[in-house]
Amino acid sequence: MKIPNKTGHFGEFGGRFVPETLMSMLEDLEKVFNSLKTDKKFKKEFNFYLREYAGRPTNLYLAERLSKHLKSLKVYLKREDLLHTGAHKINNTLGQILVAKKMGKTRIIAETGAGQHGVATATAAALMGLECEVYMGAEDVRRQALNVYRMKLLGAKVTSVTSGSKTLKDAMNETIRDWVTNVNNTFYIIGSVAGPHPYPVMVRDFQSCIGRESRRQFLAKEGKLPNYLVACVGGGSNAMGLFHAFFNDKKVKMIGVEASGLGLNTDKNAAPLARGNVGVLHGSKSKLLQTKDGQVVIAHSIAAGLDYPGVGPEHSYYKNIGRAEYVSANDKEAISGLKLLSEIEGIIPAMETSHAISYLEKLAKKVSGKKTVILCLSGRGDKDVDEIKEII
Amino acid sequence: MSRIDRKFKSLKKENKKAFIAFITAGDPDIKTTEELVVSFERSGVDIIEIGVPFSDPLADGPTIQASSQRALKKGINLDKIFEVVKRIRKKTEVPIALMTYYNPVFYYGEVKFIEKAKEAGIDGIIVPDLPPEEAKVLIKEAKKKDISTIFFLSPTTSKKRIKIIVESSSGFIYYVALTGVTGARSEISSDLLVKIKEAKKYTSKPICVGFGVSNNFQVKKICKAADGVIGGSAIINEIIKNKAKKNLVRNVSSFVHKLAS
Repeated sequence: MKIPNKTGHFGEFGGRFVPETLMSMLEDLEKVFNSLKTDKKFKKEFNFYLREYAGRPTNLYLAERLSKHLKSLKVYLKREDLLHTGAHKINNTLGQILVAKKMGKTRIIAETGAGQHGVATATAAALMGLECEVYMGAEDVRRQALNVYRMKLLGAKVTSVTSGSKTLKDAMNETIRDWVTNVNNTFYIIGSVAGPHPYPVMVRDFQSCIGRESRRQFLAKEGKLPNYLVACVGGGSNAMGLFHAFFNDKKVKMIGVEASGLGLNTDKNAAPLARGNVGVLHGSKSKLLQTKDGQVVIAHSIAAGLDYPGVGPEHSYYKNIGRAEYVSANDKEAISGLKLLSEIEGIIPAMETSHAISYLEKLAKKVSGKKTVILCLSGRGDKDVDEIKEII
Repeated sequence: MSRIDRKFKSLKKENKKAFIAFITAGDPDIKTTEELVVSFERSGVDIIEIGVPFSDPLADGPTIQASSQRALKKGINLDKIFEVVKRIRKKTEVPIALMTYYNPVFYYGEVKFIEKAKEAGIDGIIVPDLPPEEAKVLIKEAKKKDISTIFFLSPTTSKKRIKIIVESSSGFIYYVALTGVTGARSEISSDLLVKIKEAKKYTSKPICVGFGVSNNFQVKKICKAADGVIGGSAIINEIIKNKAKKNLVRNVSSFVHKLAS
């Protein structure tokens, strides 16, 4: 069975739930995207930008001091933080902007939470000389002031969204409203493996270089496959980017780490895979934090990039079929993860990634014997320094 | 034949067009919603669209977003809306369609939703973020209970899709007047009438136009090609204007009457 199927469903999840105004354009996008999959010229162009502009392949670095600290785990870090703009997001924005150009679109829009996807979109738009507008929740504009300024320097217009919870969810609502209005000349670069079909599969494909490289690099270094893959999950693009290439390697265990905010048993978390029900938001069906009336709940996480009540449909599917395990880390644990990696390896990770790092301590206690791990170091923590300063 | 079908049949006989009025359930409060529906019928409204408030109304502009938020603060949910429609049904036979985003329906359960809607006396459902391809269950269940499923056509809809949409629709077809979200505008696009005439080649079902309708001039112009017009944000704006006033229902009804005639 092909996943997703031709209507964009991952089992019961995924699909296309959007206003009619967007439907014909999504059908066109799907056609263009499918044709580009076998287009050698497109592949060559995409790979050129990944290599020469973004800085791929990224290193798979053996974190020796961290491994020594954890004792039972030998941890390799996939250094997406070393990419241009400081996170994995650039892989996808370079891919999508090339698709946008193929479709003849002249204007780019995007939503952003932590600002990493906004910066990566503004960067790609500047590179290609396209107009760019980024929607960001007013609360995130405050939390991520540095990234707001970076986007402006890159020539993008940043629009602060004051409706609803003033975070990523509402930024995405506002971006979709812009899209519905300007669909004829505007391309929406979605930053996660979410949204209506074909976005979840398109973003996955553009991010899958993370897993393909990691697999090759790990085999070259260790002569075998790793026991575990670990990544943080908000919408889930860095996790899916790492997991996808290992899907058929049944012995490789995959662990996605959601943000449990103030705790899974409080209403202030961002862990729909642990605490959500099936629902429809922003174009696809997946696990969703919602009330008994089907109203979407405001998520909470210290990491703006994980502060979202939904999750990409393929993760819900991986969970349902048991291909991946999903756990969570709370705000406090994330801060410990950030401190740990900074002090022990000299790498300041993004607050999002810190959730995954903190889980390694729990995993280390669970395993028997010595196990190998690839952790997706999805982004660097420079953007978080100001906020952390207030907390620690 | 649902009340909506019967309404269009009788309008056709009299050579008249339909005026459809949208209000959000529970804004400013559920009792006013009840009174507005009853009063609207007397003011010349042919069909009432009752909006189910949703936390993330991504097809709506600022007016209906705010209206939705106010209604949610009042604790409005599907069960409360079914109750109010039951009360309304004791007073009037005006056709009522429910306008709702998909998640509240999906989470409620589509089978149960249609059963309760029928029981309450609802005649049609409109779901702006549910294209017919994803609506198979809802269409099947609604058909069993003779509830109309109203889908959207938009200026960007491809010819291939027009066929799917007109076949899946019953009651009427909702034509989106512009690429964009809901909200009052003073103009209508010049090629709208051409596009409606084009769509009419594919179906004999009624086509009604909504999004951006705020004045009687637009209504008259649209009715040259369409079978009806839908007013929403302009009516909500009028409700807000009269919010603190005693004769809210009378004032809003008289606004709607002018819009409709």
